[in-house]
Order: sequence, then structure tokens, then C-alpha cells
Amino acid sequence: MNNDLILRVRDLHKSFAGIIAANNINLDVANGEIIGIIGANGAGKTVFVNMVTGYLKPTSGLIEFDGDEITGINPRDITRTGACRSFQISQVFMTMTVLENLLVAVSLARQDLKSLLKPLYSDERINECEQIMRRYNLTEHRDKITNTLSQGVRKLLDIAMAVVSKPKLLLLDEPTSGVSSEEKFDLMDLVVNALKEQGTTVLFVEHDMEVVRRYVDRILAFYQGEIICDAPPDVALNDSKVIEYVLGESRKSTYENEQTVRAGYA
Amino acid sequence: MMRSILLDNTVRCVIVAFMALACIGLVLPNWILNNTMFGLARGLAVLGLLLLWRTGLISLGHSLYFGLGAYAVALLEKHTGSTDIILRLVIALTVAGVIGFFLGFVLRHYRGIFFAMLSLAFSMVLYGVLVKTEALGSTDGFSVSQTTFLGWQPASKYPLFLSIIAICIVAIIGVQFYLRSAIGYLTTSVRDNEIRVEYLGYSVARAVHIKYIISAALAGVSGALIAMSLGQVDPDSMVNWTVSGELVFITIMSGPGSVVAPFIGSITFEFLRTFAFEWAPHAWQLIVGGTLLGIIFALPEGLWSLIQRLWTKKGKVL
Repeated sequence: MNNDLILRVRDLHKSFAGIIAANNINLDVANGEIIGIIGANGAGKTVFVNMVTGYLKPTSGLIEFDGDEITGINPRDITRTGACRSFQISQVFMTMTVLENLLVAVSLARQDLKSLLKPLYSDERINECEQIMRRYNLTEHRDKITNTLSQGVRKLLDIAMAVVSKPKLLLLDEPTSGVSSEEKFDLMDLVVNALKEQGTTVLFVEHDMEVVRRYVDRILAFYQGEIICDAPPDVALNDSKVIEYVLGESRKSTYENEQTVRAGYA
Repeated sequence: MMRSILLDNTVRCVIVAFMALACIGLVLPNWILNNTMFGLARGLAVLGLLLLWRTGLISLGHSLYFGLGAYAVALLEKHTGSTDIILRLVIALTVAGVIGFFLGFVLRHYRGIFFAMLSLAFSMVLYGVLVKTEALGSTDGFSVSQTTFLGWQPASKYPLFLSIIAICIVAIIGVQFYLRSAIGYLTTSVRDNEIRVEYLGYSVARAVHIKYIISAALAGVSGALIAMSLGQVDPDSMVNWTVSGELVFITIMSGPGSVVAPFIGSITFEFLRTFAFEWAPHAWQLIVGGTLLGIIFALPEGLWSLIQRLWTKKGKVL
């Protein structure tokens, strides 16, 4: 495997009782890349993310992460190798405070029994969590119970928990879903900048083309379980297949209108 | 370590309260002393159930470990003649812990009603074996001789009472520090979101298994202490499903708020049952059941929430 490659996927296939959810997926992801995964509902985006992170076992194919094969391995072992994820619906500990959520994440990231047996509230851990909270704008929510927070803040917490172990690869499943349009770009600015600083490779599933266009180096467009386009944003968003199967005519005209308006302002 | 133990509010209150109880025990009438001993001893099993409850699990079969602890004491005496408290407790703890370790491999994969019913099934297997096996005392069980302390046989039950208090203090401190540790916080984490725990790189099954073994060991010690206090073990009063039901009953009555709650709930239950039986020998269950309903409606977080409210009014935090 090329040293610059962090993720290598070959002939990945997944079917559920004869229904094909992913077919013939081939992909190379270089270190430090930020990749957007787009596609209509049911195109196979989340199935792909779930297979890479161990939530689903592929029917056939190969997944290599950082030179090691991780095909069909369970989620916690994949997490330990350095590939983490966040979820479309935030997966946080709802009855605990933001600080407690992060303290648990930091404790588990170390994977050593001695650290697990120490009191959760240790000065060292609290300092580490406070740094993370500052980076992800969570400080003002430090002692709030998670189920009282807005969807946007929960999303940030979900992502912050996924990155405490400083993963090499992070998969974000619709990081802006359920987040208000005013909060979307703030959230993505915050997350992408923090991850770039950390040198983490990012793959994120997204429906909002503005978000995709603004943050990614490369787009993977899915249709019926297959990658129909793998190219930089300017190429991918003008690709005829992407326009037909992903953006759709209405989305295409909206996207073109946005471009025209933006050109007008410029 | 010792400093952090003494700085803990709960631990300090427990030590003071239990030392006071130990002093009061000297002048308590026998029936009150007995009830308090039973309450404290049973509280250990309830403490184990509290651990599981905080993880989101209810076991309807903890009489398995309670019974194993009690029968370990009786069988040790039958086969070796030993009545020493340390040996009795070590055997009870080991038997319950080891069986909990093995059954945990099965139970750790189940949740909700499946966990509850499977644990009940295991306990009923032991009940069936005990009832049908002459060598294990069958339905009559065994009598248990008075406990000795390194060869010394006391004239009263007070030394056993003191030992139970000491064991309860150790258990409370242990569980309190376990719950405050990172691995202890996994009880709430697992109950809240198993997926996130797995994606943080920790095995949910292992987290459940550890809590199950601890709760099994506590139930084993609890059963052993009850056997020593009562002087008798038999399948109906130690292993039957009603024993498990009683433990769950006390757990709900106590509330999950504190490691002290199981002991308060358990002592309350012992006295409630005694008085209910005294007042209405043929309908005492009605009084006990009615009280539980009243507590559930008035104090959904259990008896402990009442104490917490009183303490908060005084501006103190326990």
C-alpha cells in the first residue's frame, strides 16, 4: 500500500437478502484529504460509511486502513486502529453533562486499565477536556445535561467525542443534518479547521451542496450503491451523471441559480 | 488514596452513621438487632442490583448468587466443620463470583426483559437442583451453626452484627469509588448509548460483564451473612424466585441515587415486613405491596430522594 494512502477499498459489495446496497466500490484516500460523499437517499452512502467503520460487514471486498486489512472487524477494534466516526443522529450520553461525555471519551481513548480505574474527574483529564471544549466552542455548555442542548451543540459534542483519540481518519455521517441553516457553516468551519489542524483525513456524507463545495478536496457521488463520480468539486458538480442522478433537475437549476447570483455579487 | 476516601462526603457520612449504629447495637433489643442485621446483609445484594440498574439492567435471578453464598456456608460446615467467618465469606464470595463470571458470558449479550428472564431461568435451575438433591438438603436445607471468629465463639450475635457493619462499610466504599472511576461511569454510559461506547473503543459486553460479576459477588456475600444471621438455609428462603423479586422490590423502593440507598431501603423493608406480619399475619403482603405502590407514586426516585430533599433543604450535599 502506498504510504500516502490512509484508506484503500477494493470491490466492496453489500447486499441485503438480494437487494444490492453497495456494489463494486473502489477507492483510494490519501492522508489529509477531505472528501465529500453525496447521493440521493438510499444511494448507499451510509452503507459505505457503516462498512468502513465496522457497523456492517461487507458481503465481499477488501478494506485496508493505514496498511492493515479491517474488512468485517468490529467497530471498537476499528476505532482502536484510528478510524472513528460521528453519526447522523448524535450518539452522545444524554443524561450526562458535556464535560462528563468528554471525560468518558478521553478515558476510553487511552485504553489502559490503570487510567480507567482512576476517578473520572481528574485534573489532567479535565484540562484535556477543557481544551477540546474550547476548540469546539462547547465551553459555555460544560455543565449542561446533554438532553437539554440544541441539535447543533449535540452534533459538535458527537464530533468532539469522536476525535478525542486523535484519529487518523474520521467519517462524519451528515454532520449538518438537523442543524439550522444559520449554524451549518459555523459548525463546519469549526470542525474542518480543527480537523485540519490535527491532520485528520475526513470523509463526510452531506446533502447540502454548498457545504460540500466549500469544504472538500474531492467528491464521491453515489447512485444505486455505486460510485458514479470521483472528482474535485468543480468537476463532480458539473458531471452529467451527478446532475442527473444526484442533484436532479430541480437541484441543478437551484445550484446554477446560486452560482449565477454569486457571480453577480462578485 | 486514604485521603480521597476520607474526603468523600458519602463515605464520611456512612462511617459516622455505621459507627453510631454499632454503638446503638449494644443496647438494642434482640429483635431490632436481628432485623437490622438482616437489612444490612440484604442491602449488599441490593447494592449489586443497583449497579445493574444503573446500567439499565434488572436481574430477576439474583437469588442464584444469594443462594450460592448461603449454601456455600452450609456446605463448608457440613464437609469441613468450619464455622469461621473469614473462611465462610471467602468461599461464598468466590463461588458466587466464579459462577457469575461464567454465566456473565451468556447474559452480557442480552438486555431488557431477555436479561431479566434468562437470569430468572438460571436461578430456577439451581432451585430445582437443590429441591431434588438429598445431598444438598432437599427442601429442608441445612442448619448453620453459630459463626466463630478465629476460633472464638461469642455468646451473643453482637460480634456478627459488627462484622456485617464492617463488611457493609467496605462494600459501600468500594462501590462508591468504582462508580466514581472512569470504568464506573460506564454504567450510565452503557445505559445511555451502547453504540457510542463501542465507537469509543470499549466493549459494552465487557462493561456489562464486570458489573454482573461484582453484583454476583455482593449477592453471594449477602446470602452468606443472612445464612449466618438466620442459622438456616433452605431453597425457598434462599433461592426461590420470590427472593429475587424481594431484592428487586427493595432496589426500586431504595432508588438508584446513592450507594447508601440500598441499606436504608433494605432495613426499612425488614421492619415494614415485621410490622406488617405482626398487624396482619394473613395479609402482610398487601401492606408491603401497598407501601411499594405508595413509594413509587410519591417518590419515583425511591426513598433516597426523600433523604436527598431533606439534606438539600439543609444546604448539604451527600
